Amino acid sequence: MDFTQLIFYFFAAVLVFAAAMVITIRNPVKAALFLVLAFFSAACLWMLLQAEFLAIALVLVYVGAVMVLFLFVVMMLDINLLRLREGFGEYLPIGGIVAVLMVLEMAIILGPARFGLEKVPAPADHPAGYSNTRELGRLLYTDYAYPFEIAAVVLLVAIVAAIALTMRKRPETKYQDPAQQVRVQRNERLKIVKMEPSPKPPQGKRR
Amino acid sequence: MNPILTELAPLFPEIFVLAMACAILLIDLSLSQERRHVSFGLALLTLAGAAALTLSDHSGAARSVFHGMFLDDLMSDVLKLGIYALTFTVFVYSRAYLAARGMYRGEYFVLGLFGVLGMMVMASAGHLLVLYLGLELLSLSLYAMVAFQRDSYPATEAAMKYFVLGALASGMLLYGMSMLYGVTGSLDIAAVRQAVTGVSAANNVVLIFGLVFVLVGLAFKLGAVPFHMWIPDVYHGAPTSVTLYIATAPKLAAFAMVLRLLVGGLQDLAVAWQDMLIIMAILSMAVGNVIAIAQTNLKRMLAYSAISHMGFFLLGILSAGANGYGSALFYILVYAVMSLGAFGMVLLLSRAGHEAEQLDDFRGLNQRSPWYAFLMLLLMFSMAGVPPTAGFYAKLAVIQSVVQVDLVWLAAVAVLFSVIGAFYYLRVVKLMYFDAPADTNAIQSGLDMRALLTVNALALVAVTPWLGAFLDLCSRAILTLA
Repeated sequence: MDFTQLIFYFFAAVLVFAAAMVITIRNPVKAALFLVLAFFSAACLWMLLQAEFLAIALVLVYVGAVMVLFLFVVMMLDINLLRLREGFGEYLPIGGIVAVLMVLEMAIILGPARFGLEKVPAPADHPAGYSNTRELGRLLYTDYAYPFEIAAVVLLVAIVAAIALTMRKRPETKYQDPAQQVRVQRNERLKIVKMEPSPKPPQGKRR
Repeated sequence: MNPILTELAPLFPEIFVLAMACAILLIDLSLSQERRHVSFGLALLTLAGAAALTLSDHSGAARSVFHGMFLDDLMSDVLKLGIYALTFTVFVYSRAYLAARGMYRGEYFVLGLFGVLGMMVMASAGHLLVLYLGLELLSLSLYAMVAFQRDSYPATEAAMKYFVLGALASGMLLYGMSMLYGVTGSLDIAAVRQAVTGVSAANNVVLIFGLVFVLVGLAFKLGAVPFHMWIPDVYHGAPTSVTLYIATAPKLAAFAMVLRLLVGGLQDLAVAWQDMLIIMAILSMAVGNVIAIAQTNLKRMLAYSAISHMGFFLLGILSAGANGYGSALFYILVYAVMSLGAFGMVLLLSRAGHEAEQLDDFRGLNQRSPWYAFLMLLLMFSMAGVPPTAGFYAKLAVIQSVVQVDLVWLAAVAVLFSVIGAFYYLRVVKLMYFDAPADTNAIQSGLDMRALLTVNALALVAVTPWLGAFLDLCSRAILTLA
């Protein structure tokens, strides 16, 4: 086992561990942090494949931007953890059996017998001066221009959908109207009540 | 012409729809609620313009641009024209319904148009990646449209279910596609087809493994049993105008997806997917038709009827021959028109503060309006498959295609279930003609909707003289694939 393989297994193990923690840990903030760890390990695996641009983009975009936003959201939401885990034990046996069966089936079919290292030819070494970023950009803007544009439209629809669903005038929301506020009269805010100078002490026992 | 323009020419309808959807999005910002009909009119204009572009561009020969990612053949043209016509009618039917419920907003039509764009992308996809992106574009628009009525609890619940199950199905589909890629080494559907023929016996297992996942994803999008759980809840919970949209045009896109994947790419595995589809078809016809009998809500009943119709549609696909695919295309087109009319009737009888979605709302419709009772009768007869209507010929075509591949027992099962299904369609007819009306309010809806609904329902009978030409068109449309 050479050094590259050692690194691969290390990061792969961290990735699987972190992914498992994301879905099993109780605290949503910790789950989000484990997701960061999972993304980071995946980025390292991509680095091993010499896909430097993708690896850095994953860290910058997902870890740097998306997950930080996500953490803010998780912290601001008041999530009731007890309710979130209702029925967890109830569904665990069925879910567990299905998951184990799927993993076994995948292991049988996708094992080294069909996708072993000797079955798949090793990729050719890149010449000196090869730029992964340049190659990626060239493919994206030539061969894959069409799917690239569609992906952009999908993002646009996501924005439109999110705004259409959340930005609306609710009847119970209170709005301020500054024009109304400055026109306020004294008697609308202040009420002068005539009172006795010294009120009589209340009768009867104090409770 | 400029070489880039020549390359882009087949894409003009897509580019037009995208540009117009973005333009409506911006124009709608500056409109007051009283002038919202400008967005509505522009949306209709977009669909008409796209239809004109698709018709004018048709040169007859199949073309592929963008390295085979975009295919322009007769099938994609037929499906796209169907999608424009269905969506146009959906928009016209929905206008009054939306206005009465405070949902008459520009985003509704914009999301609808983006959905149309997604369907167009799917109809002419020649690459697994493009197919998937088109599907996501459509699904994302649909999720948002189902949740559009934010204050309605059932609509939110339906959107949530649809979103979670849809994401799961997309995951299955993607996983299957990744298996196909692992074996064939390509995402291009034509290249996949070539690679499949040369796959070794050992790798064949992986191919079947991928095929199973792809089929699960497809069955979910079609709503075939056992992946139908979302259909009744989503159809029932969503605002009726959105149900109308989901139940019509996306079915054509699902047909395109099935044909591009199973026939375009995996035709050589037909023996494997044929058996799986037989099980799904029988289960869909059984579950759909039997459970529909127990429904008292018309939207739910039509949802189960949609499941059973998907079973019939799969009969055409599983015969795995040019004849079968042609009849399946004919079936899905006829089904979309019937579904359009049936949900259109629910919208017609609905008014502000009242959803005419219960079967009881159709009680005694003949006394309230003999003409609409007659139209509903035509729609129900067509869905049940009663002879002079198009629904009968559609069922006949798919059953014939099954008989041709020596699956006579399957044809017998299909006939049996269509007889069971006739019960609940005829029950609606009985309620309309032989019961006293429970609701005596006059039908209030615009002239545009009344006229279009009349055309919609009468088309199912009026098409009879040109039936041969239609079937011929359908079988020619799938020739480039089969």
